[in-house]
Amino acid sequence: MAIIGSGILTGLGVTLRHFVETYIEDFKYMGKKAGVQPRMIRRQSPKAKGIVTIEYPMEKMPVPENFRYIPFLVKDDKTNEDRCTSCGICAKVCPPQCIWIARTEDPVTKRPVPAPKDFFIDSTICMNCGYCAEFCPFDAIKMNTDYEIAYYPETENDMRLVYDKNRLTMNESFHWNIHPSVKAAELEAKAADEAKAKAAAEAAAKKAAADAAKKVALAAAPVVPDAPVASVAPTPAAGGAAMAARAAAAARAAAAAKK
Amino acid sequence: MSEVTATPAKPAAKPAAPAAHGAAKPVAAAKMTPEMSAIAAKFGGAVEAAQYEGLLVTDHSKFIEIATYVRDVLKYNQLTNNTATDYIKDGVIEVVNQFTRVPQGGAPLTLKLRVPRPSGHDKTQPVPSLCPLYPGAEFQERETYDMYGVVFEGNPDLRRILMWEGFNGWPLRKDWKEAYYEGDTKPFESRWPGGDHKLAEERVPWEDNVNYPPGFDPFAFKPHPDGDIYDSMLAPSDGTVSIDNGHGVAPTIVEGLNASEMAELKTDEIIVNMGPQHPSTHGVLRMVVKLDGEKVTDLKLALGYLHRNHEKIGERNTWLHNIPYTDRLDYITGIYNEWGYVLGVERMMGLKTTDRVEYLRVITGELTRLASHFWAIGFLLNDLGAFFTPALYFITERDLIIDLLEAVTGSRMMCNYMRFGGVSRDFTSAQWAMARELAFERLPRTIDELDHFLTENEILKARSIGTGYMSADRCIAHSLTGPCLRAAGIGYDVRRADPYGYYDRFDFDIPVLYNGDVYDRYLVRVQEMRESLKIIQQALNQAETQSKVGDIQGGKKAYNHRVPAGQCYARVETPKGELGYYLVSDGNQNPYKYHIRSCSYINLNSMKEMAVGQKVADSVVILGSLDIVLGEVDR
Repeated sequence: MAIIGSGILTGLGVTLRHFVETYIEDFKYMGKKAGVQPRMIRRQSPKAKGIVTIEYPMEKMPVPENFRYIPFLVKDDKTNEDRCTSCGICAKVCPPQCIWIARTEDPVTKRPVPAPKDFFIDSTICMNCGYCAEFCPFDAIKMNTDYEIAYYPETENDMRLVYDKNRLTMNESFHWNIHPSVKAAELEAKAADEAKAKAAAEAAAKKAAADAAKKVALAAAPVVPDAPVASVAPTPAAGGAAMAARAAAAARAAAAAKK
Repeated sequence: MSEVTATPAKPAAKPAAPAAHGAAKPVAAAKMTPEMSAIAAKFGGAVEAAQYEGLLVTDHSKFIEIATYVRDVLKYNQLTNNTATDYIKDGVIEVVNQFTRVPQGGAPLTLKLRVPRPSGHDKTQPVPSLCPLYPGAEFQERETYDMYGVVFEGNPDLRRILMWEGFNGWPLRKDWKEAYYEGDTKPFESRWPGGDHKLAEERVPWEDNVNYPPGFDPFAFKPHPDGDIYDSMLAPSDGTVSIDNGHGVAPTIVEGLNASEMAELKTDEIIVNMGPQHPSTHGVLRMVVKLDGEKVTDLKLALGYLHRNHEKIGERNTWLHNIPYTDRLDYITGIYNEWGYVLGVERMMGLKTTDRVEYLRVITGELTRLASHFWAIGFLLNDLGAFFTPALYFITERDLIIDLLEAVTGSRMMCNYMRFGGVSRDFTSAQWAMARELAFERLPRTIDELDHFLTENEILKARSIGTGYMSADRCIAHSLTGPCLRAAGIGYDVRRADPYGYYDRFDFDIPVLYNGDVYDRYLVRVQEMRESLKIIQQALNQAETQSKVGDIQGGKKAYNHRVPAGQCYARVETPKGELGYYLVSDGNQNPYKYHIRSCSYINLNSMKEMAVGQKVADSVVILGSLDIVLGEVDR
């Protein structure tokens, strides 16, 4: 049988220990500069004792790489083109349906072009689930880690939280900067894609050359030179691949939309 | 007990009769279990095999008799789930009741009733209520009434529960359209390929979107939504409340007065409103208590302040869209909510997972259980008056857990981690190391400290021992699940009773205590945290040797799932109790019916019985011990 009050005293001992630890932990950091990152990281780590809070916004914990907030669109640094082909998968997998995409149409043929004319994300609706980035087949939409998007409606545009294509588009380097571990994988995939496209282009060029040779054999007329074909081929082939992928995605989506 | 073992033998005697009934329905008729056959044999003409699953009671007058048989002979002593489905094409509303055996467990038994679908906003013709047999049916039937307009004859308090009293229509009926209605199912066509952003208010003007009851003038309307709740409590009680929770409701005795002098004293009963904006109600819950002195003589709950018609949204969504929405139910344990949902869909689709997936699910799921119990105990202590010192100590630990979840899943609470047949990401080696550090070093120490800090505390014991008692039988009858049920001496845990995941690979116990009061609920939670740690430690060790890193998706990853037509009731043991998902698919990419058996909501059903006869300050503690989350209560 315990003495009455011993339970309370043990409890008070625990609070006292917590209280003393705050000072001990501070003493341990006496020699080091206050406010530098190690203290902040330590306070938030599984080894933390004593004070576990940090002084936001003076101190800001770095967010993990996987952290997700509002999506953004990735623009290729070299070609300065959007990775997005406006296939619409992100708009379809978006649970609260906060993505609006307008597809570009060729002004002459009225055929769809694999690039978005406009792209809206209503961040007031967005639930930060990350599906758009996860299911995008072109790695064109990624999740931003910037979580401070509040603003004063008195001084800024009232519709600031509705992001249009301009404000959504970011450079590839920005994306790699905040997601360092995906950079290598993406570059590798890109190189593989390019090699494939190149191989396809070469095959096409060979075929064209063979056709041309046949034509030469058939009619002894002057032949279209095959050099331009080879030089032009990579772009249509790459575009064609994108188009094919887009068409396949659209077909899948159509099948999904069909009841 | 002898009857329980005897029941399976019974149907074996008459196998022919149920087969004939099963054959009567052409497609997708339910498979007959021995229990269903037993019912069919006994009540031949009144039941038939229902669509997809369970028995359809065709003769409503026999329903109570059948339910009594189910409860007393077949020993399905708990009503797990009650809901309805609107089959608009067939012109019927189907009421679904699911019964389970506590603590034996096993697959639930389904009994269905069909009523013709009324036109417009009319209520249906009455169906018999299960309240006299299963008191736990009260809130669930009220919800079904609120959402579908199904009238349950015999429910003691059949009022709207989640919607407000003046609401027009029955929101989960298929022909009801919400404000800013855009389409029956997502994805909406306006988004692609010609997407042009419009605010919902611009797209659908508000004026076109409200429908009032006939003859209703919004400008002349004087809101008195609480009339019912107060009026029903104003009736003077005779001092005898027919609740047997061990506290008794003897009239107040002032010391030094004898009975006749007390009668002359004529104490008044007053009605006090607690909440919804009050920290002790754990969110936006409102309790209306009737007090005699400090003693609670009656208690009613007003719910629905956080109601967003989650289930209607769920029916608009595609199957995949629903995963992040489930995070928002019980937002303390998002991972576990997702697990229950993907479990149901995986069962319907027959998807396979990998070893890695199952281990990751167990690890993250049990981590959220720890986080939730830390939270629950911290805030229980807040309710007990230990203002925020224990709560903040435990929030520190919970913060470490959600830091880890944030690093792995990308979000602290709204994890969106589960996928059909998989999970979204694997742990990196640094995250794995952090999980090991938490599971093997930090958290065991903290739980010991918690125990040391609180368990023997005299004030805690004085306040909580004997408070909020509910006997085991009443707990089962009230459909109580989770730590509260286990604190009353019933070792019922879905992880053992209806196993899922890889829980059969771990060595752990289901803690059971016998006093059924607030203190035992606290102790059960502490013990469960230790057991969870054991599970996490084993899972971490086993996953290292028995699973392949990065193997996080069983089958093909897809975004447009088509679930075969059918129905499923999947349940998991969340930190709060049994979370069930009743899903019906018609073969399309959207759920036809998406119902959540919300443990917080159903546990609240027993709140009145626990609190009556106690001091008003204790009713706050009892609420804290039930550990509710309003996101899940109101949905």
